[in-house]
Amino acid sequence: MNRFATLCYKELLRFFKVSIQTVAAPVLTTLLYLVIFGHALAGRLEIYPGVRYTAFLVPGLVMMSVLQNAFANSSSSLIQSKITGNIVFVLLAPISYVEFFAAYVVASVVRGLVVGLCVLVVALLFVELPLHAPWWALAFALLGAALLGTLGLVAAVLSDKIDQVAAFQNFVIVPLTFLSGVFYSIHTLPPFWQRLSHANPFFYMVDGFRYGFFGASDFPPLASVAIVFASLLAVSSATLGLLKSGYKLRY
Amino acid sequence: MSLEVEEGEFFGLLGPNGAGKTTLINVIAGLTRADAGAVRVMGADVRAEYRRARQVLGVVPQELVFDPFFTVRETLRLQSGYYGLRRNDAWIDEVMHHLDLTAKADANMRSLSGGMKRRVLVAQALVHKPRVIVLDEPTAGVDVELRQGLWHFVRRLNRDGHSIVLTTHYLEEAETHCSRIAMLKEGRIVALDTTRNLLGSFSGLELRLHLDRADLPPGLPGRLLEAEGAQFRLRLSNYQELEQALALLRQADAGIREMAVHPPDLEEVFLRLTGRGT
Repeated sequence: MNRFATLCYKELLRFFKVSIQTVAAPVLTTLLYLVIFGHALAGRLEIYPGVRYTAFLVPGLVMMSVLQNAFANSSSSLIQSKITGNIVFVLLAPISYVEFFAAYVVASVVRGLVVGLCVLVVALLFVELPLHAPWWALAFALLGAALLGTLGLVAAVLSDKIDQVAAFQNFVIVPLTFLSGVFYSIHTLPPFWQRLSHANPFFYMVDGFRYGFFGASDFPPLASVAIVFASLLAVSSATLGLLKSGYKLRY
Repeated sequence: MSLEVEEGEFFGLLGPNGAGKTTLINVIAGLTRADAGAVRVMGADVRAEYRRARQVLGVVPQELVFDPFFTVRETLRLQSGYYGLRRNDAWIDEVMHHLDLTAKADANMRSLSGGMKRRVLVAQALVHKPRVIVLDEPTAGVDVELRQGLWHFVRRLNRDGHSIVLTTHYLEEAETHCSRIAMLKEGRIVALDTTRNLLGSFSGLELRLHLDRADLPPGLPGRLLEAEGAQFRLRLSNYQELEQALALLRQADAGIREMAVHPPDLEEVFLRLTGRGT
């Protein structure tokens, strides 16, 4: 196996070995959201004509799972390796910073997609959902997971303690996902909050992903995909620069 | 500091805590970046040609680190893959055999004792058959059995042409195994020579005498360290002085009841060079 493939395989093996925690638990949590919000708000809201609220909710929850799990994978794996010191085995090997980056991000994308797919499959047992443009949905899921996997890498590189990664997750990632239109259409918001939502890159991922199912969205999907792609490029280049410098990895 | 280790050498790096041994190793391994200067491993610059340098270097870190998610065999297979090696199982089996790890091949890392974890660290450093092996305190907190097994294996690797760089607190290990030694103090080399020369030139001999009388004949060479009744401890700088001392004792008709000559040991050299000895 080559170096990149080995590191990627190791990252995948790591989360599959604890799949109750890394797959089953987030799937259950997300389905609880679906049950509770779906039950509480069913019949009161109809965001797109002919789309029930529970159906509207599912793609948002799937994307939320993809994003949060992609972030959790790279961030928790790397911070644990840094704290326990076993990152040394990777640092001693002739692995380039690009291979390092790619392995962590690809593994995060896989974890995000696996959890998202599980949520989707279980939700489909209870909720009928159209699939208007699957390639759009897949493109947003891939780009979103890659962006969050990269952000997870940044959080773990910059942090010295698990506490700091948790703060990044709880004070940045969770608010940005919750406020990205997972549970609502931003058109239901007052104008100020609508404008603010447009500054949240997570909004474009959730909105674009939802377009894949309903063929309707708050923002044109092509523009959304361009914004998400540009964000991914910007964050990736910054992360590659950080890894190349060896900041907080090689002293 | 400027230092060159020859290919195939068994080289020792000694010094008190904080002397810079591990920092030096980390710079060689690319874990720490030097502010200035250059380090080459088998001719490859550790920064500019890091892939080639790391491919020929195997480091056993001092800290007892492990990845709790994997078994011993998984750990060694992953480590092989990090060096671009596939189908490395024959060598992995051989390394595990020599380090007495075969019975634990499928045990999770978490379940291993400290000594066993240390063996896996050694095995991880050897999966890619590195030309240069750096052992940073490999026997710290390790039982006698492993120590012997480890040295047996490392000496074999050295005979097969692998260069070994060793740091240790056990000076007798350095004395037994290393052909050349650098002593470090506060980031500087205070001595760099063959083990034989270091032992010969710094420490001298200690002569212990038990005579049949309580005074030493005048004019004995060396330095009197201790006198208690008819027993004396003398520091001599070489064997010529021993010869002179014996001749003077015979001339003075001093009867020798007991006599012992202690050759120098590295501990003494170490203490004197690092300014801790008497």
